[in-house]
Amino acid sequence: MEGHLNLTLKIWRQKNASVAGKFETYQVSGISTDMSFLEMIDVLNNRLIEEGDDPVAFDHDCREGICGMCSMYINGRPHGPNRGVTTCQLHMRSFQDGETITVEPWRASAFPVIKDLVVNRSAFDRIIAAGGFVSVNTGNAQDANNLPIPKENADEAFAAAACIGCGACVAACKNASAMLFTSAKVSQLALLPQGQVEAASRAQAMVAQMDEEGFGACSNTGACEAECPKGISIENIARMNREYFSATFSSK
Amino acid sequence: MAWLAKSLNSSLGKKLLMAITGLFLISFLLVHCSLNALIFLNDGGVAFNEGAEFMGTNPIIRTMEIVLFAGLLLHIYDGLRLWLENKSKRPVAYAKVDGAANSKWYSRSMGLLGTLLLLFLILHLKHFWYFSRLTEGLEDHTLYAEMQAVFMNPVVVVVYVLGCISLGYHLLHGFSSAFQSIGWNHPKYTPTIKTIGAIFSIVIPAAFAAMPIAFYFHLIH
Repeated sequence: MEGHLNLTLKIWRQKNASVAGKFETYQVSGISTDMSFLEMIDVLNNRLIEEGDDPVAFDHDCREGICGMCSMYINGRPHGPNRGVTTCQLHMRSFQDGETITVEPWRASAFPVIKDLVVNRSAFDRIIAAGGFVSVNTGNAQDANNLPIPKENADEAFAAAACIGCGACVAACKNASAMLFTSAKVSQLALLPQGQVEAASRAQAMVAQMDEEGFGACSNTGACEAECPKGISIENIARMNREYFSATFSSK
Repeated sequence: MAWLAKSLNSSLGKKLLMAITGLFLISFLLVHCSLNALIFLNDGGVAFNEGAEFMGTNPIIRTMEIVLFAGLLLHIYDGLRLWLENKSKRPVAYAKVDGAANSKWYSRSMGLLGTLLLLFLILHLKHFWYFSRLTEGLEDHTLYAEMQAVFMNPVVVVVYVLGCISLGYHLLHGFSSAFQSIGWNHPKYTPTIKTIGAIFSIVIPAAFAAMPIAFYFHLIH
């Protein structure tokens, strides 16, 4: 049943990457419990615009949990208090009337703040560009049954490919490590025959790029897995470790 | 060998080094604890002193002692390096962090637990390693007698028990974490590794902690 909430919002405001930011406190009232978290911010922004203030900048696109754009660190957790959802799929019914909600951008040196809650996640794109692909000639698609793939492998590869690259793993990790993201992108190809040809060079290139971007190492706390909106497993990190070390010893 | 150095200096390589040295130290703990547990035979330390005599004179064991110190120093060096580097990856801290919602406190506190263990270890080495290796006293004053003497001090007993608790939590994360870092995460083996890890993390530190307590309360003579 629909209810209405009065909330206090503590939101990180920062003009751009080169100036220091700070928290601003806003009161919002009459927020429907059926709203998504982003719609609640929309309500605040409408008011700020009407009052002639600068609206809160935040990333969003599909608003249905599949694009990976929204990136808010809410009350100490990426994408807020619920598991398996992105911020756009987080509903206000998950909060209590009168609650104070702290909203911060992803914090990582590899994810510099662009403005307010918007961070630059192009480091992820560069990790993909370093090796997250298969080099195949384009042309007619070949018959699907030409390459026998066990159902289990197909399922596991698909589960890894569910990663939307939102960066919640980096945000949740105490080391701002991108291991879960990178390992998912290594795994989705390592599990399939098409990925075998470039397996060794892929693991080495992607890990090297990940380190160069300034992400931390893995402490195996499992925070990334717990906070991932797509439920990517840390089994992928172990697989990446295997891929990387076997590439270390077998590559020429 | 530049390829190996490059690999071991990557974020994954540093963790591999941490895992291998950690598992090596775990194997040492098993030997150390088994041998020390001979005091519970309550034979006035006869069996224990024989074991200690063997460990102190056997050339293979003495060589392994050097390897052990090397492994320990590497584990400490690599741990400090990872801690410092990882800390720098988030220059602006979060105002609010709900760590308990997604991970265990001891998995996030390995550096702290490791530092506590190091402080304990310095005291521990001073008590027993220095005594048995660098002083001439084993003939008339046995290691067993030295344990009896050291554990008469209640402060020492408390510090040792706290050291064992730190060890337990360090192992509770470190044992299974080492296998993950090596890449050994498999539905067939991982549950067993986690179970063995949990049992090891409780039994070994508990057995160690029982030693100073047993001496202090004269449960063994």
